[in-house]
Amino acid sequence: MTTHLFIPCLVEQCLPETGEAMARVLARQGCRVELPSGQTCCGQPLYKTGDWTEARRAALYWLDVFEALDGHIVSPSASCVATVRKGYPRIFADDSAALARVATVSAHLFEFTEYLVDVLGVTDTGASLQASAVYHESCQTARALGLRRQPRALLDAVDGLALLPLHGQDECCGFGGTFSFDNPTVSDALLADKLDAVEASGAEAVITAEPSCLLNIRGGLEKRGSRVKTLHIAEVLDSVEEARHNG
Amino acid sequence: MGSGMNKSNTPGGSFEDRSREACADGRLRGILRDAVRHFSGRRTAAFEGLDVQSLRDAAREVRTRALACLPESLRRFEQKALALGIHVHWARNGSEARDILLRIARDGGVRRIVKGKSMLSEEIGLNHAFEAADIEVTETDLGEFINQLAGDTPSHMIAPSLHHDRRSVAGLFAEHVGETSSGDSPVDDPDAEIREQTAIARRALRRRFLEADMGITGANIAVAETGSLFLVENEGNIRLSTTLPRIHAALVSIEKIVPTLEDAARLMAVLPRSAAGQTLSSYTSVFTGPAREGEIDGAREMHVVLLDNGRSKLLADPVLREILLCLRCSACLNACPVYRTAGGHSYGWVYSGPIGSLLTALDLPEAPKDLAFACTQCRACTDACPVQIDHASLHLHLRERLTREKTPARHIAPAALAAVYARPALYRASAWVARTADPKLSRARRIPVFGRKLSRWAEARELPALRLPFSKRWARLRAVLDSEAAAASVMKNGPKATELRPSQGCERPNPVSEEVSR
Repeated sequence: MTTHLFIPCLVEQCLPETGEAMARVLARQGCRVELPSGQTCCGQPLYKTGDWTEARRAALYWLDVFEALDGHIVSPSASCVATVRKGYPRIFADDSAALARVATVSAHLFEFTEYLVDVLGVTDTGASLQASAVYHESCQTARALGLRRQPRALLDAVDGLALLPLHGQDECCGFGGTFSFDNPTVSDALLADKLDAVEASGAEAVITAEPSCLLNIRGGLEKRGSRVKTLHIAEVLDSVEEARHNG
Repeated sequence: MGSGMNKSNTPGGSFEDRSREACADGRLRGILRDAVRHFSGRRTAAFEGLDVQSLRDAAREVRTRALACLPESLRRFEQKALALGIHVHWARNGSEARDILLRIARDGGVRRIVKGKSMLSEEIGLNHAFEAADIEVTETDLGEFINQLAGDTPSHMIAPSLHHDRRSVAGLFAEHVGETSSGDSPVDDPDAEIREQTAIARRALRRRFLEADMGITGANIAVAETGSLFLVENEGNIRLSTTLPRIHAALVSIEKIVPTLEDAARLMAVLPRSAAGQTLSSYTSVFTGPAREGEIDGAREMHVVLLDNGRSKLLADPVLREILLCLRCSACLNACPVYRTAGGHSYGWVYSGPIGSLLTALDLPEAPKDLAFACTQCRACTDACPVQIDHASLHLHLRERLTREKTPARHIAPAALAAVYARPALYRASAWVARTADPKLSRARRIPVFGRKLSRWAEARELPALRLPFSKRWARLRAVLDSEAAAASVMKNGPKATELRPSQGCERPNPVSEEVSR
């Protein structure tokens, strides 16, 4: 069974190590990992701005790239998976042919943590990371896709990782895609609340499963000169410390 | 602080402009933070131990079915109501509704009106019509009474004067009621001043109830099978407004009709809980006609004004009609991070929060046009909604509706983006140009319009750098994965049956404790 990587734009252009970490974690579970060439963007920005004529163009190309693949499609972004799984049916509501294509591909499209836990049946990836961390529960991961149990199960199994409570854990970080550009005042205020909570927790790192939240939170922490690291869950699950190896 | 600057909804400017002003008000931020946490906590507690999902499913089913058979239900309601001696009036829009209520008042020789809280009456600006006609209107819900004294519009559907605190209320009472609180609560009784203020309001309002000729209310639920109206309240002001004056007029929007009492009961299982964290509100009244022959309590004359004001048009839209499921409980306001931060007046019109943005689909002239974008898509609203409205997706549908009104020039950027997304070579080339010319996105800040937004974004965040893309690293990574797989296979099948850590030979630095070069 081949596992095809669906790499979001933000990962392709700004967070390539998230993609690398995900690929390694999957390979370690015995997946035959492939990267479908020619992939660009699922069209999420156009879907979110309501430019659905243009979003359909991007979506039809995305379907061209991914629909004929045998095996599973896995992405390190809940918002991208949600765009295909829930957004494409909306933008193609009047196009039964496209809807059928979406339904077919959606049947084997998964978010990364969902894939590990629900499809591969894995919660212990063999990772170990000696650190204290908080988990920012992205709106897209927790509510758009309903994935709360899966990321937690994976993090709980990371050897040496101390997960601390995060006040307002599942409250929005304020990015909201175009929201942070159109409504910067409220966006900045929500980000400030999130950063205050992260810093108040005393954790060395904040972990999230959503690349857009990651860039928002990391950017904010760096602006504050914080030493708290921001990690994608793939990087955490990819982490193995030699000291933890006892044969 | 006296009455201060009045807080009203002015649709001018953008959501960003209004929220900037609101966010600068530290006092308001604190009030909102505490209030929504309190309301949300009470709501959660009220549903504790219950099968919440079943209750929500049942409530959604009632509301969905109610919309599906709305015309029939309205006919039945009118039939029943007329048989009970209720005067039934139909208003297509706010102007007609105001005229009807004015006529009822004039025909009844009404000089003084008392009102229960009615968002619908705010929607149509009813009070102004009466004031212009020299008829005194007193808001009797304490929050609306405070707002009326201040000249404010509501900032929350259940707690309309949320934006006021005891200091501003003391000032308002001093200025307009002629009585005010003593100013300091004892240390061991911090709410003493609130109780004092409530008593002042109670005295002022009692006189108004006794002197009123007519009471105007809304309705929470209307029942077709019996011609009844359900009114839910905690202060008793609706009881007094509807039983002391000789005329009771209820202003009801058409989507509130449900077929049966059983349906109403299913809604009542979630409405007080979602709105105020109560199993049942302090006063739950069911009106089925005016006072009958021989009855002591109740208005002699009862009117129901059924108002459309954009609802039938929304009902005809198979997607947007979901907006009409709303029970007006405010759970979505309390859950919304945007509402919590910016407050109700930032929305610029009578309705705020997620449902307030969606109700702009009624296409009323006073509604701002940009609220569809005042949403982060976080979905906390749907989680809280007793009828499970998918607010986030509906916001996207409203955005799509707006794009249909775009000038051709406004389509250029999205079309260009779509063209790039659909052409992999162009996508790769664009990315190459961007990361070669401007990897730190510093030049990008000079692009018209987008550059300004990027700069503003960068005020609170370090911008991410454009890196060597994942796809360009893939070949090398693929080779490493292949060789690791081969090595693991050799080791697994080799003579030593050692328990291997799966990633032996591929350790990386600890991403937390060590500097990972990016």
